[in-house]
Amino acid sequence: MKTQHLLKILILIGLVFPLAMTACGEPAVDEPLEVGSPKNPELILATTTSTQDSGLLDVLVPIFQEQSGYVVQTVAVGTGAALAMAKDGNADVLLVHAPSSEKALMEAGFGKERFLVMHNDFVIVGPTDDPAGIRGNIVAADALALIAASEAMFVSRGDDSGTHKKELNIWDATDYNPNGDKPAWYVESGQGMGATLVIASEKLAYTLTDRATYLANQDNLDLVILAEGDAVLLNVYHVITVNPDQWPDVNYDGALAFANFMASDKTQAVIKEFGVEAYGQPLFFPDADKTDAELGLE
Amino acid sequence: MYFDTEVFQITVLSLKISALATGISLLIGLPLGTVLALGKFPGRSFFLSIVNTGMGLPPVVVGLIVAMLLWRSGPLGDFKLIYTPSAIIIAQTVISAPVVTGLTAAALQALDPRLRLQLYGLGASRLQMVGSLWREARLPLLAALMAGFGSVISEVGASMMVGGNIRYQTRVLTTAIVLETGKGNFDIAIALGVLLLAIIFLVNWALTWIQQRGARR
Repeated sequence: MKTQHLLKILILIGLVFPLAMTACGEPAVDEPLEVGSPKNPELILATTTSTQDSGLLDVLVPIFQEQSGYVVQTVAVGTGAALAMAKDGNADVLLVHAPSSEKALMEAGFGKERFLVMHNDFVIVGPTDDPAGIRGNIVAADALALIAASEAMFVSRGDDSGTHKKELNIWDATDYNPNGDKPAWYVESGQGMGATLVIASEKLAYTLTDRATYLANQDNLDLVILAEGDAVLLNVYHVITVNPDQWPDVNYDGALAFANFMASDKTQAVIKEFGVEAYGQPLFFPDADKTDAELGLE
Repeated sequence: MYFDTEVFQITVLSLKISALATGISLLIGLPLGTVLALGKFPGRSFFLSIVNTGMGLPPVVVGLIVAMLLWRSGPLGDFKLIYTPSAIIIAQTVISAPVVTGLTAAALQALDPRLRLQLYGLGASRLQMVGSLWREARLPLLAALMAGFGSVISEVGASMMVGGNIRYQTRVLTTAIVLETGKGNFDIAIALGVLLLAIIFLVNWALTWIQQRGARR
């Protein structure tokens, strides 16, 4: 019968196809391993969406892979998720920018090494006609207070990310508490920086963003930088190796290699130059030679 | 704890949006599917293959295209629909309409062709004939409805892109799950996931009951 015949062929394909696929996926046994390639080459790097959106890792990770033989699986998630991944042993190394949450992670014993890598800064962006009149304001808290006073629309990350925490930090220095009061002009996107910028651009609203993501996306946005330069707007990045004492299965060698790479002179020089050609200004400022205290962190 | 009221609000919004989208898809899909199944016009099978392709449309691509239409820079930007529940309804309708249309056409084409002749022979008007065919095919037609609803209630890519996951405005269950996962609140994310599954189950249980009621003869 024709149907039975067809059915047999389909079942055969259904069985053979996945088998063929798995066979294609495995490397040939007799291929010699490269000299110097690490025992466990797979390294899971958990980082934040802002870091990924800036494009820096697209430059640094290939360099690291080339010189170390590690294969980096960069997972860009929210800050909260990245830190949770470290706590659960689901990542080997972190590159994040939420110093107070990182300190909590270290104190709980989930991180082994924590190296200062670089910083960039946050800026307040908004529509060109600046309805709240914050243009040129150096004090971030004053700028946000003006926005709240004029009830101009402000888009918050609303996702417990490093950027979100910084934003709430600045609101604390004002008389306003939009996160608590939830006024109509305070919009929470619950998304990454790139998507939040698009929302702010569409709604012609203000938002707090890291300079790197803004510069990387400014051609698609109807937003301009209106307030910058306040010391509180510093955004500091650390690389953290997940503690193998807590999770023996993590790739600690790879994590340490990556952490050392990020703090090395050559990498710091690459970080210093990143973005200058494309945007006329650097997106990040290398800090491996400094201490946390010098940047205003305890 | 405000979180519970917020979960309720998100759930109600998800149901409203997906129910409306599925409803509109039914209004479009049922007649269109019927015409494609029963009609005889040039290009009919071409049209049908377009509809069937539509069933496999990647939702995130639909989201991107709808977003590009609704952005201020897009042709429909003046309607200010981007980041509103209406935008999500539009995107979800685009996703589920081909599903409902294609499955309706298949359901009606599976009927015995002689049934049509018999109905005409008994003196049925065209409308009565279509109504009888619908009743006769209600099992697969209800399956089409369930498939249409299922394709949108669990959809996240388009909802995120055209809705924006804005708290209290366009945050639905699926986008909320993405958010909680991103925050590292995996337990909350799973709880929301279980809630979503429970809702899908309840809706389909009701529809299946209606479907099988007719089957028990």
